[in-house]
Amino acid sequence: MALLQIRGVSKSFRTLRALDGIDVDVEAGTFHGLIGPNGSGKSTLLKAIAGAHFADSGSIVFDGREIVRATPYERARLGLSLKFQITAVLGELSVYDNILLATQSGEKLASLLLSSKRRAFDEEVTALLERFRLIDRADDLAGELSHGQQQWLEIAMALALKPKLLLLDEPTGGMSPEERRITGELLEPIKAHCALIIVEHDLHFIRDICDRLTVLDQGKVLDQGDVESIQRSEKVQQVYTTRV
Amino acid sequence: MLSDVGVSVPAATQPRRRPKASFASGRRLVLIESASLAAAIVLPFVLADRTDLITLATNVLILSMLAISFDLCWGLSGIMSFGQALFFGVAGYVIALVGRDLEFSALWGTLPLAMLTGLMLSGLFAAFLLLGRRPPTTIFVALGTLTGSYAAERLVSGWQYVGAGNGLSSVKLLQLGSYEFVEGPAFYSLALALLVLVYAGARFLKRSQLGLVLAGMRQNEERLAFFGYRVQLFKALVFSLAGMIAGLGGALYSYHQGFIGPGNMGPGLSTTAVIYCLFGGPGTLIGPVLGTAAVEVLTYALADVDAIKQFWPVILGFVLLIVVMFQAKGILGLVVSDRERIGSYGLRRKR
Repeated sequence: MALLQIRGVSKSFRTLRALDGIDVDVEAGTFHGLIGPNGSGKSTLLKAIAGAHFADSGSIVFDGREIVRATPYERARLGLSLKFQITAVLGELSVYDNILLATQSGEKLASLLLSSKRRAFDEEVTALLERFRLIDRADDLAGELSHGQQQWLEIAMALALKPKLLLLDEPTGGMSPEERRITGELLEPIKAHCALIIVEHDLHFIRDICDRLTVLDQGKVLDQGDVESIQRSEKVQQVYTTRV
Repeated sequence: MLSDVGVSVPAATQPRRRPKASFASGRRLVLIESASLAAAIVLPFVLADRTDLITLATNVLILSMLAISFDLCWGLSGIMSFGQALFFGVAGYVIALVGRDLEFSALWGTLPLAMLTGLMLSGLFAAFLLLGRRPPTTIFVALGTLTGSYAAERLVSGWQYVGAGNGLSSVKLLQLGSYEFVEGPAFYSLALALLVLVYAGARFLKRSQLGLVLAGMRQNEERLAFFGYRVQLFKALVFSLAGMIAGLGGALYSYHQGFIGPGNMGPGLSTTAVIYCLFGGPGTLIGPVLGTAAVEVLTYALADVDAIKQFWPVILGFVLLIVVMFQAKGILGLVVSDRERIGSYGLRRKR
């Protein structure tokens, strides 16, 4: 059974049908790209999976459990982690504290109050800071980081939750080409323990890191399959050449 | 072939390096806390025979608990409560009634009872206002607490059993064994000791990993929900703790004044607590204490100036307006950096 099974998910905003009967499967350990023209429903689908929006109808089964009505808190506890499209780092806290906040999220109240694992978490936080090239900025306020570094911090925070499925909404948005390349390198190692759904406009980037792609158009699944088959798909090429 | 349909990519802005903070600038809050404690300890010796000023100072200490209670809600956790006086006043009434009807005023029993009253009442409000399926808005919580405070004031104003509009006077004196606390240095010392305990507890909470959760919650509670934190539960917990502290303050106030009235649980005092905190510096804990001292001393000093006395509430209102508009971080915000005010939870060191 797939790690994530989406069946017939629909979502409307007033008269706009943003998602219309979406069916998608995501297997454990795969990188799955969501692509499509602007307004095709990519971010809405990601938010419906994470719980930022509730789907109007349909089913979302994650790791064997129905989550379509679960709160974001409940979904996060099950192993879903979202990186927002617009960076949502906590700007008044240090870079270190941002990651610590994510790392300690599974702790019990008494442990948090007594700060009993502050030192134990240090190794974990430091490892993430080093991996995401933020160790030299650990004591700086997160709001002082460059945009690209804030994106990395967001990804590091999302990974600090040790998710089974990581949802990334435009992780390279606003990044320089060099930063995009580094982001790809940073994401590659997580495949061993975590599946990924990524929404990204940079199709070169998405082609390089994803195993499978789902193409959305006007709230519906236009096509899905491995990267090569999508690249050959006439339906997809038509949408991109006529609408973009 | 697929083409790159990416949006235009602005180059990442270069990070701006922050100048290194000096020791003094990073420790100002601790210095202010230490100086305030030292001043509070020597005050009774300095004031000596001025019983009126010792009474005023004791009032400041007691009302500081109310201010800290509000700071825990708003300054630390982002819960806008316009009803903190409700827990303060109800606890004051409860111990006054226990003294009147049961002839009991032993410190070991009444102060915990007042704290329990504040805790349970605020817990009930938290369950109603904060623990719904969907997160409540700031306005909903502010109006809910304000309404509770107003309704309670109106209720006791017409309830003869609790003295109606006249309140309860001649509250039985607080006892420790056979010793009775009357206004003066002994009551001041008791209030100071309890305030220090409350402050130390609140400070411990703020600096703990739980304090980091509160700091994150205040900035972006939606983000914390996506981390897996049950944000509303944390809010309900802090709100209840704050109610417990307000309850302790209310009991001390009732014993110290020998009186508790409807106004001690109404929107008037609730709003004054907001002024204490915002004027002093929200989120710092010591700021609200200094704000309480500043407002109460000014009120006392101007009490005899007839030209100002009748306009004093209006002046206080303007002070709040000016602070909110031009100095939202309060007077402490002028000397304490944001970084120090919010705190640092990781290991601040050069690696």
